[in-house]
Amino acid sequence: MLKRVAYYPGCSCEGMAIEYDQSVRALCYVLGIELVGIPDWNCCGSTPSHSYDPLLGAALAGRNLAIARSQGLDVVMTPCPSCLKALKTANQVFRERPSEFLDVLGMPFSGDVRAISVLQLLYEEIGPNLIQKAVKFPFKNKKIVPYYGCLLTRPPAFAQFDDPENPVSMDRLIEAAGAAVPDFPHKTECCGAALGITQRDVVMRLTGRILDMARAVGADALAVACPLCQQNLDLRQDQVNRALKENFNLPVLYITQIIGCALGIDRKTLGIEKLAVKTDALFQSA
Amino acid sequence: MRIGVFICQCGTNIAGTVDTRAVAKKAMEFPDVVFAVDYMYTCSEPGQKEIQDAISSHRLQGVVVAACSPRMHEPTFRRAVKKAGINPYMFEQANIREHCSWIGTDREANTRKAIDMVRMSVEKLRRNQALFSTQVAVNKRVLVIGGGVAGIQAALDCSDGGLEVVMVEREPSIGGKMAKLDKTFPTIDCSSCILGPKMVDVAQKENIRLYAYSEVEAISGYIGNFKVDIRKKATYVDWNACTGCGECTQKCPSKKAFDHFNEGLGATTAINIPFPQAIPKKARIDSDYCRYLTGGKCRVCEKICPVKAIRFDMKDEIVTEEVGAIIVASGYDLFDARVYGEYGGGRYPDVISAMQYERILSASGPYGGHIRRPSDGREPKEIVFISCVGSRDISVDRPYCSGICCMYIAKQAIMTRDHIPDSNCYVSYMDIRAPGKGYDEFIRRAQEEYGVKYIRGRVGRIYPRGDRLVVQGADTLLGVQVEIEADLVVLATGVECSAGARPLAEKLRISYDQHGFYMESHPKLRPVETNTAGVFLAGVCQGPKDIPASVGQGSAAASKVQALFSRDTIETDPQVAHVNENMCIGCGKCEQVCPFGAIRMKTLRDGSRKSEVLETVCQGCGLCNATCPNKAIQLRHSTDDQILAEINTLFD
Repeated sequence: MLKRVAYYPGCSCEGMAIEYDQSVRALCYVLGIELVGIPDWNCCGSTPSHSYDPLLGAALAGRNLAIARSQGLDVVMTPCPSCLKALKTANQVFRERPSEFLDVLGMPFSGDVRAISVLQLLYEEIGPNLIQKAVKFPFKNKKIVPYYGCLLTRPPAFAQFDDPENPVSMDRLIEAAGAAVPDFPHKTECCGAALGITQRDVVMRLTGRILDMARAVGADALAVACPLCQQNLDLRQDQVNRALKENFNLPVLYITQIIGCALGIDRKTLGIEKLAVKTDALFQSA
Repeated sequence: MRIGVFICQCGTNIAGTVDTRAVAKKAMEFPDVVFAVDYMYTCSEPGQKEIQDAISSHRLQGVVVAACSPRMHEPTFRRAVKKAGINPYMFEQANIREHCSWIGTDREANTRKAIDMVRMSVEKLRRNQALFSTQVAVNKRVLVIGGGVAGIQAALDCSDGGLEVVMVEREPSIGGKMAKLDKTFPTIDCSSCILGPKMVDVAQKENIRLYAYSEVEAISGYIGNFKVDIRKKATYVDWNACTGCGECTQKCPSKKAFDHFNEGLGATTAINIPFPQAIPKKARIDSDYCRYLTGGKCRVCEKICPVKAIRFDMKDEIVTEEVGAIIVASGYDLFDARVYGEYGGGRYPDVISAMQYERILSASGPYGGHIRRPSDGREPKEIVFISCVGSRDISVDRPYCSGICCMYIAKQAIMTRDHIPDSNCYVSYMDIRAPGKGYDEFIRRAQEEYGVKYIRGRVGRIYPRGDRLVVQGADTLLGVQVEIEADLVVLATGVECSAGARPLAEKLRISYDQHGFYMESHPKLRPVETNTAGVFLAGVCQGPKDIPASVGQGSAAASKVQALFSRDTIETDPQVAHVNENMCIGCGKCEQVCPFGAIRMKTLRDGSRKSEVLETVCQGCGLCNATCPNKAIQLRHSTDDQILAEINTLFD
């Protein structure tokens, strides 16, 4: 099992998704995984850089991997699926166009630093069995549905994690936390992503559909592993209610918060109070 | 030796990038060459005549033709030189087309290479010896592997021609996929009504021996004289005694056995007869579900059987048959729809495969021919068919078109509208491929007469809402997103090679393509032959095709066998291994490496051990030649001397 990984929070975890960052750090501390900061880490490049120039995007993300390597680490963990994609792309571009990539990067790069998501860390490195054993406060009589979004498992050849159309890793982790997991057909349907900025009606429709299905299968809450998914489903839930004349009231928690709670970590430490949709009902025993 | 060299231009195929005249001119400088010329089409009648004329006028003793692949025309030219009085093995063919002119565009380099290739052939020819075939008797029995419609047609045609036929079928009944179909396109003929009589013929013909529930275990020998080991799998019922009365299936208490014939819809009994028209109509015990074989208690069928046919101690049995030719008609499998997670096949009970729907439509199927949903037995009103599930999709390694799905979907949609007039049928398709006779008209009937709604575009996701299924996709003609709330979704699963295709090919020593379909000898001109003499192909094992094409191939393969068997003997290939006993030290390594069992060791009168080649069994692969430490065993026509002469001349 991995004991020590480089930690790349990305920009969301310093702002909108600060509770994701808090819960990842708290959970890893309890599980005995040392998160090593990447000194002077920089933006992964996100969508604008690779849209402008793929080499620029790859080099921006690659710099973080190179620093991690210089710290003697060979795994970088990030909570954000978009950062994960950028970090993995750096390795891919290095393999395909090594000389151009190194030229832009301007520092040593070995291409052997693996980038993984926090979900991958929990599912593949720690595993549901170990987590289940550590659970002190299981979610009894609660139904929580997992929402994976688009990037964590796709494209399959690139992600190399779980099933692209019907992933189950988060299902197993939620079950380990003691909650029931109803079959959730929309677990990989698009949430609308960044269209919330340019075409909000699309996000209203797509996010509304996911919330509608979650309600239909009787969910008490949703579990997510992506800051953008969380934002659309949680922060915009009020907007969705107004736009669609609905009254959804579904808490949307990060998977790290759910496991953290089950392990007995203080809710304040996990940043639960920062969520837009109130979670009180979820923590009342039925 | 007096050698003549003929350089073929092959129109512009060779002459386009090779200076054939220069090659011919250069060839005149090679040792023993007394005549060289280039010609437009050496394989044509005047081209062959030119060779024959040159043989007599220049008193040639050997001929080199530089042209296409020997695979294409070596037999042609060997015949031509033989007619002019030269031994056919005093001929060499240099492949300056596939190996030279078709590869590069640099005329000068190609010409240089062609000259080298001709030089090599001349050097080899200088060391050739006249070789002579022997005649071996042909065993005029034919093995047909697979009892689907292609194999049945082949067997019946051979039987009609008076040949003895051995048929091996893996399943408990013959009939293959066609026996499971309700109707056939584009005539809506009842499938079992047109196939049934043929199946009965197989059972009744005295010169057809049927091994059902059996598999080919091993094959040895060669054209005219194959030996085939057949594994008769244990049925736990003595089929000589069983009358197919079905009493046992009525009383069997294990009623949850997987119903293979009905594609897992409904269940059957552990002892069962697969379907009413089964041939042979005999009971078999499914050992996975039999209470006695799994739990040690029951034996109800044994008590009930009026002819005492139950044999719980039955074991697999190997029988050996000798035949002179083999027709492979081993069929195909259907793509596993569960691979597409977004469609939910295998997760949602009302997302079914087209073959399952075929069983639902069939009067002998699990619901007696009434269209019902597997989940709750309700009659569906909104039915969506999705084409190309496992066809034309490189992401699942199925880049090819299965060729039959467009048609069977149209048929199933027509049948659905016929059974349930107030239903709506939707077909999500990429393109409609209907090139057969009356096929496109059939699709138009589905659209125009039966009002089946065709939507061009792919489905992206299927998910349940309440007790229905939401089918989400695109209409790429209108450029809009489509959402249909369906009661039943039918996935048109494509054709893939049979799970056992590759191991069987290795037993038969025939080749297969990257998707496991068997390779024909020539894609246009030898469609039912393989590159292994005496082994022929029929049906979908060679590539996706519909029933008419499968039947056509079955008949074609049968006619090839009859042509082969019209002679009492066949000529053996003299290009086989030969032992120089003076040099053989009897180490036996050749015997160990021979993949065909064509070498055995013998003891001479002085007690020394020597190896011996069974010339009729030897396939001329040359492994023994390469292995022999003393170079005592030599492959005729490809001896060490000949190959080294070819290589050495390149470095002179």
